[in-house]
Amino acid sequence: MGINHRISRREFCGAGAATAAALAFPLPAFAQAAARVIVIGGGFGGASCARALKAIEPKLQVTLVEPNKTFTACPFSNNVIAGLRSIEAQQFGYDKVAAAGVTVVAQAATAIDAAARTVGLADGTSISYDRLVLSPGVDLRFDALQGYDEAAAAKMPHAWKAGEQTLLLRKQLEAMDDGGLVVIAAPANPFRCPPGPYERACLIAHYLKTKKPRSKLLILDAKDTFSKQRLFQNAWKELYPGMIEWVSLSQGGKVNAVDAATNTLITDFGNHTAQVANVIPPQRAGRIAEIAGATDKTGWCAIDPVTFESKSAPNIHVIGDACLAGAMPKSAFSANSQAKTCAQAIATLLSGGSPATPKLINTCYSLAAPDYGISVAGVYQPKNGLLADVEGAGGVSPADAPREFRAREADYAQSWFSTVTAEVFG
Amino acid sequence: MKARCVAVAIATVMASASPVLAASEPPPGAAACSGCHTSGAASASVSRLYGRNADEIMTAMTGFRDGSLPATVMNRIAKGFSDDELRAIAAWLAAQK
Repeated sequence: MGINHRISRREFCGAGAATAAALAFPLPAFAQAAARVIVIGGGFGGASCARALKAIEPKLQVTLVEPNKTFTACPFSNNVIAGLRSIEAQQFGYDKVAAAGVTVVAQAATAIDAAARTVGLADGTSISYDRLVLSPGVDLRFDALQGYDEAAAAKMPHAWKAGEQTLLLRKQLEAMDDGGLVVIAAPANPFRCPPGPYERACLIAHYLKTKKPRSKLLILDAKDTFSKQRLFQNAWKELYPGMIEWVSLSQGGKVNAVDAATNTLITDFGNHTAQVANVIPPQRAGRIAEIAGATDKTGWCAIDPVTFESKSAPNIHVIGDACLAGAMPKSAFSANSQAKTCAQAIATLLSGGSPATPKLINTCYSLAAPDYGISVAGVYQPKNGLLADVEGAGGVSPADAPREFRAREADYAQSWFSTVTAEVFG
Repeated sequence: MKARCVAVAIATVMASASPVLAASEPPPGAAACSGCHTSGAASASVSRLYGRNADEIMTAMTGFRDGSLPATVMNRIAKGFSDDELRAIAAWLAAQK
């Protein structure tokens, strides 16, 4: 029934008639027998979406295009940096995704022809789709901070994609003498994992307090406010007094340039030379989104909040960190939540229906210490073309909670990671 | 044209009555639950919701929402849903294996 899944929404009335006519005859293999969905990117968004598509409609031909054989998860990678967790605990393969009926193609997607609906692969072959999902995550902008290019990142790690960079930052902290200065440069919004730099500050401080107590940690920030700010600042005072200093944008915290040769970070107000420099640069949607014509001038992807279909590239849906999801933060939880909503919408569209208005949820935990968790949560619905907060819902953990409450949230954080990785990769 | 639109209406009704879709399509918000509440083997800290009694889920959610039941994060999430939405979510979760 190829004709039914190649229709556009404009052709819906006519195709609906064809569908109705088809139903008048006994055709057992009616529903989307051959509809093809390609998902690019095997992280929390893409792998979730591929599996959800297959679970919702087993007849769909679902292909996941992801060049890495092993996925290294970012959530909890700050624990690896702090020496609290092994990198192996962050790593997952795609065997179970394949066993669920998804065709896993271990290649990079290098080209997209939106008119012909094909994806070009690194080996020169191409595959066709009826609907395409992009979940490429972020690319780090190596053109945004003067002096911060890929070579500089080998000296001043970003550790904002988990893997080698995570281990590099860990090694540098281990090699640092007691009394050293660690500097984290945090970017302006939007970027992957808004509370991430501040959780990282906490967990690095946890390591320093235990092993190198005369050391200091400086956060140079391109913002004046940040996620879970009051909770983090209270935790810094309570757990790491005198160790962490935060310099906001208006206090001159924005890093404009770096000198990797001397490990120096340069702001309008002066230079800071670090023993360990963690530079988290500005970001944009993964490159394939731009190739697909799905990015706007911000470098991110505007989407329809019901279907996650690109506002500029028809039949192409964008989920996860790469999309502009309104009030939803760029988190693994958001990506997983969006993936399931997007999969349902695609299955409905391919069967000729109209997707229902969704509600989405995000919950992000951060650890201020291994037994001290804090969270932000939100509920979202489409409003004025964006995903907006449902008023009255969501928010952060209470500021005055007892330590037992923080311990419970730390436990829930661990539990979330086990559960979501089992759902996506297990 | 008139005949076509009648045909569309029939097709739409038949699509929504499709048993596959009816059994699996979660109501708004429900698909997100399994991010924390496992759909697989039970976890130590966070309860499994699939197959739970719908009234129990509804009682818990309304209790979280009005603050009569203690919670860390579910109070903040429950406030985002109406009674009707919660009932639909509870019924769907109860129907999952």
